[in-house]
Amino acid sequence: MDPTLLRTPLFDWHVAQGARMVDFAGWAMPVQYTSIIHEHTVTRSAVAITDISHMGRLRFEGPGAAVFLAEMLTRRVADMELGQIRYSLMTNDQGGILEDVLVGYYHDSYGQPFYVVVVNAGNRQKIVDWINVHLPRERAEVPGREVIFTDLSRLWAMFAIQGPKSVEVMQPLVNIDLQWMRYYRGTRVQWLHPGAQRQGGIISRTGYTGEDGFELSVGAEIAPAIWQAILDQGKPFGIVPCGLGARDTLRMEAGMPLYGHELSEQINPFEAGLGFACHLVGYDFPGRDALLRIQKEPLRRVRIGLEMSGQRVPRQGYPILSSGQLVGEVTSGTFSPTLKKPIAIGSVAPAVSKPGTELQVDLRGRAEPARVIEFPFYQRDRRRV
Amino acid sequence: MSLDPKLLQYTSTHEWIHFADRPGGVMTATVGLSDFAIHAMTDLVHIDLPEPGRGVQAGKPFGEVESVKAVSDLYSPVDGEIIEVNMALITPDPKTTFVNLDPLTHDPYGIGWLVKIRVKSGGQSELFDYATYKKQCDEAD
Repeated sequence: MDPTLLRTPLFDWHVAQGARMVDFAGWAMPVQYTSIIHEHTVTRSAVAITDISHMGRLRFEGPGAAVFLAEMLTRRVADMELGQIRYSLMTNDQGGILEDVLVGYYHDSYGQPFYVVVVNAGNRQKIVDWINVHLPRERAEVPGREVIFTDLSRLWAMFAIQGPKSVEVMQPLVNIDLQWMRYYRGTRVQWLHPGAQRQGGIISRTGYTGEDGFELSVGAEIAPAIWQAILDQGKPFGIVPCGLGARDTLRMEAGMPLYGHELSEQINPFEAGLGFACHLVGYDFPGRDALLRIQKEPLRRVRIGLEMSGQRVPRQGYPILSSGQLVGEVTSGTFSPTLKKPIAIGSVAPAVSKPGTELQVDLRGRAEPARVIEFPFYQRDRRRV
Repeated sequence: MSLDPKLLQYTSTHEWIHFADRPGGVMTATVGLSDFAIHAMTDLVHIDLPEPGRGVQAGKPFGEVESVKAVSDLYSPVDGEIIEVNMALITPDPKTTFVNLDPLTHDPYGIGWLVKIRVKSGGQSELFDYATYKKQCDEAD
């Protein structure tokens, strides 16, 4: 293992478990502990825990924080209630997607409000630089409109607990009633475990799997103790640790985009199917004027889901054809453990994007049939929640 | 009945080969994929094998094996002709219409063999005995 890779507070645990460690955006991360299909299946049927401490967490506070974020993100921030979380984008001046984020609005143990913006590990430095460009000292220190920006990424570990048994596993470990926490809500909590050393953290009902579940921010020094406490609580439910391999197959089944695959600076939010995350009236953010213009133009391409009839798996970059003509390309592909067939997410010309359209994917020189299907590939039974 | 992996020869691309003399002086070989390779891939979802009768060349791909994460070519260790393909690995279960790769995953030196080749004299990949192959794998791991 490359010793220059960054390590999460759980690194030693992963290695001791015999996880297969890989370089993920400069971090040594477990891609799988046993089998991707197994870890995926247990997440869908019971519960699994994933170390996502590589994700970037950026904190904004001070009287000017709300307006500053509103001027950085494509989505409204100023109207968020305490405890609310929103999916949003950051765009460059041309309207290309710089990053997709979750922004949460919380208050600390002294009652002071703050925002946390969660970014992808691979984009963290880019976004920190982008923020610093837009938040020079003279902007950050305007009296009465101060903005304090802190990169918490290395100070806090982050875990995802995902699956239909998530509430049962997490409830004994927190001092709030999780049953009533709505999706895309979060709050500061006390960890009810001696290993937490009376520290608090953040829990939110969010995830990247299409299942019910939570994401936790935990102080780095107590992270191994909390991780173990969750595994102990989850034991009766058959909890397993889940690596980034299954995290990827789970998000694909849920039809969720991933930066570097479905999203890039060359793609605008409308082409990515993320127009809902753009509020173009109100605050001016980088790329807003470009997006106002792009919004009036016809789409060049559309993000679609594909279901294969064969067993060969489409991969990123494979050409998508319609009657032999190139109409787009695969952005993500995998074997879906739930559907037991290969699936893909692709970007194609609007004319061939309607669900039911029969297309082909060029799988290393052999065109194989694919059908456009509606997102998501998998939807949980929400009556269980 | 599985072959003893210690008695097989291996390519650097993780195929194993077992030579057998047949009556009439015809040299045939059974080719499979090593346990190391299968463990490294995990979650096999598809395999593509050639039709019997097709010619193969040492060091050239004769098929592919695919896991959730990636696809890998299968390389022939010898020159020759495919005389038999392991149908168990390419016949879909009529109920699930899905090919079950468990034989390959769980018994790569037995019922999970891939192809049988009529060996032609000529090209042959560099082959390693079990100890040498295992050492290479341990170093790569």
